[in-house]
Amino acid sequence: MNLALSDEQVFLREAARGALSRFKTLEAAREALDGDEGALPDLWPTASEAGWPGLLISEEHGGAGLDVFDAMLVLGECGRVIAGVPLLGHLPATAILDVASGAPMIDELATGEKRAAYLPVSPPGDVLDEWTVDPHSGIERGAAPQLDGDTVSGSFWFVPDAPRADLLVGVALRDGEPVGVAVEAGAQGVTVEPVERYDATRSLGNVTLEGAPATVLDTPADTLAAAWHLAQALIAAESLGSVETALDVSVAYAKERFTFGRAIGSYQAVKHSLTEVLRNLENGRSLLYYAGWARGGAPEEFPLAASAARSVAGRALDGAARTMISVHGGIGATWEHDAPLYFRRAQLSRRLLGGTAGATDRVAGELLTRA
Amino acid sequence: MDLDDTPDQAAFRAQVRSWLDEHASEAPVLSGPDALQDEDAIIAARRAWQGKLAEGGLAGLTWPKEYGGQGLGPIEQVIANQEISRAKVPGILDAIGVGMLGPTIIAHGSDEQKARYLAPLLHGDEVWCQMFSEPAAGSDLAAVQTRARQQEDGTWRLSGQKVWTTNAQFASYGLLLARTDADVPKHKGLTMFIVPMDAEGVTVRGLRQISGEAEFNEVFFDDVQLEEGAVVGGVGNGWGTGLTTLMFERVTIGLGSEGMGYNSTRFASALARDEHVRRDHEVRHRLGEIAAELIAIRFTGYRTLTALQKGQVPGPEAGLAKVTLVNGAIKAGDLIADVFGPDALDDDSEWAYMISFLPGLKSAGGTEEILRNTIGERVLGLPPEPRLDKGIPFSELRSKEGAAA
Repeated sequence: MNLALSDEQVFLREAARGALSRFKTLEAAREALDGDEGALPDLWPTASEAGWPGLLISEEHGGAGLDVFDAMLVLGECGRVIAGVPLLGHLPATAILDVASGAPMIDELATGEKRAAYLPVSPPGDVLDEWTVDPHSGIERGAAPQLDGDTVSGSFWFVPDAPRADLLVGVALRDGEPVGVAVEAGAQGVTVEPVERYDATRSLGNVTLEGAPATVLDTPADTLAAAWHLAQALIAAESLGSVETALDVSVAYAKERFTFGRAIGSYQAVKHSLTEVLRNLENGRSLLYYAGWARGGAPEEFPLAASAARSVAGRALDGAARTMISVHGGIGATWEHDAPLYFRRAQLSRRLLGGTAGATDRVAGELLTRA
Repeated sequence: MDLDDTPDQAAFRAQVRSWLDEHASEAPVLSGPDALQDEDAIIAARRAWQGKLAEGGLAGLTWPKEYGGQGLGPIEQVIANQEISRAKVPGILDAIGVGMLGPTIIAHGSDEQKARYLAPLLHGDEVWCQMFSEPAAGSDLAAVQTRARQQEDGTWRLSGQKVWTTNAQFASYGLLLARTDADVPKHKGLTMFIVPMDAEGVTVRGLRQISGEAEFNEVFFDDVQLEEGAVVGGVGNGWGTGLTTLMFERVTIGLGSEGMGYNSTRFASALARDEHVRRDHEVRHRLGEIAAELIAIRFTGYRTLTALQKGQVPGPEAGLAKVTLVNGAIKAGDLIADVFGPDALDDDSEWAYMISFLPGLKSAGGTEEILRNTIGERVLGLPPEPRLDKGIPFSELRSKEGAAA
């Protein structure tokens, strides 16, 4: 039994924290919301220098060949400071490419010279027995893209990190069977339209493929499905990083703000709401360990583990952001404070990539199928 | 990162498994058509089985060898528990004695006490009970009023009442926290005693719960005489001695919660039998939220084990898993009763007992509110609430409370 971080993992996390601390990410997030998009620092050179783009690419392709859990540690650090590092799109894409033979751009994606974005297609579940994409709006899921010869057609809404990606990687159906596809963002028939965001640090794009030329990948179907769950695990890790900061800031304030002659953190109502944030955070952390272990140690449990992590982390972040606002009183709901940035992050994150509710449903589906 | 045994642990597991393979047929049968029915016969059989487990080295693994234990760590204890559960045989009867009270005597007891009490406790010859809580002292345990007064000949006279006493109806001894000095602040005037449950003036009464069953007792003391040598850990040191017991309680709860049967697989299996139920959006959403948290605390347990393996002692944050477990199981019972209707509440339903048991479990081993206070203060470092009892002699405190009420 060993669920402790290795020395290398502690180093990876500390190095990420150090690298990101050089940027005023929170100030930039607020300025970007005010319309100054240029305020957001370009964190990709920092990511490339640290080797993050190649985290999940094997060493033979120039990457670091690390595990899902290592990637989650980096995402957690990004979440702590709400840094817009486009790894949520890049990493699942590289996981699909890495196991394919002759994958395009793989060496440049490993070094960060090129960027990829994952086109999210959710694998079949116990009730909805087909590959589907998130709808633009409403609850009816959309059809997965179709591969016809060597061209692909389909549309995707709110794709993380699509706007500046060089390569779009995902799943398309060929005669009803899933196959991996890679499409160059500059190719004919590809449209990537950046989306105005509630959380300005989150780069999203609507992607339309109309007979776009695709490289067909020989990635196994289970890896294609795992890419969706990998994205769930990564956004869970990122969310819990934000919960850590929201809790730290709220606890610090609860110790120094006095009412009726004593610190507000001494009142049970405040103390208990903060321990609830901690409870959700600890539950989420435990599930990150589960997901990290399951990817290699019990791959058949990875969908359950990643979905459970996403479900708990999404609720944890929503709760942490709301508690952060209420502990700070009125000021917590104003532009003067960082709390709204965490709140905006929470509300948008919970609706991306199938949504927290979709992950919760998959937890039930996985358990009911096995029962 | 792995969930595997180390080679040493694997060897130990194999040794435990082979002992259980050999002796499982001697274990008492507690369920199924051949189950023992008579309460006294069940207790007698479980005591004998505890003796066999102790002889096989499967009870008191973490006790030092000189007191009959194996001198092993908590990981080996967990492995033994897992194998006992896998073999579908009962564990030890006196988990409270072996897990909490014996270790307290090992830490604070006199040589005479260790020589007299530990071996019969470990072997199930003498069952023990824990007598700390009182009707007016639960969360605020240091407010106990059960009074012990020393006589001129050095013996003690004990009067008062304890409550929530598991196993008192068949226990031989109890570890009891009493007030020996009311004229000092409340944490200072306490002393720990060993009380023979068959002493004159001790009355045990079953306390029925929501389920209708009496798993706990009330214990009354009417001028009970105790020997001078009944004091554990010194007169006036009862609070420190009691904290040792509560630390072992945390370890016991932290290592044992998986055995309670409140797990996502069991709840999902019940709901999966009906095709309409398993496709219902609301059922799925509720089940998914409950299950995600219950799965989480399984891995919290593994994180705790990792820490124990490195020699760290579980801190108060372990209480968060208990909050999650109890509230998750309550929500699961509620979902199951919503789906199956009144049938879920029938006496012969597997859910009725769980649904009735959980509201009490919410307060057992520390109420949720006290756990959240402790965690907020010790883990998050939030300031404590102002206290009105600091530095005030217990006798004055009592009259103040009287005046306020």
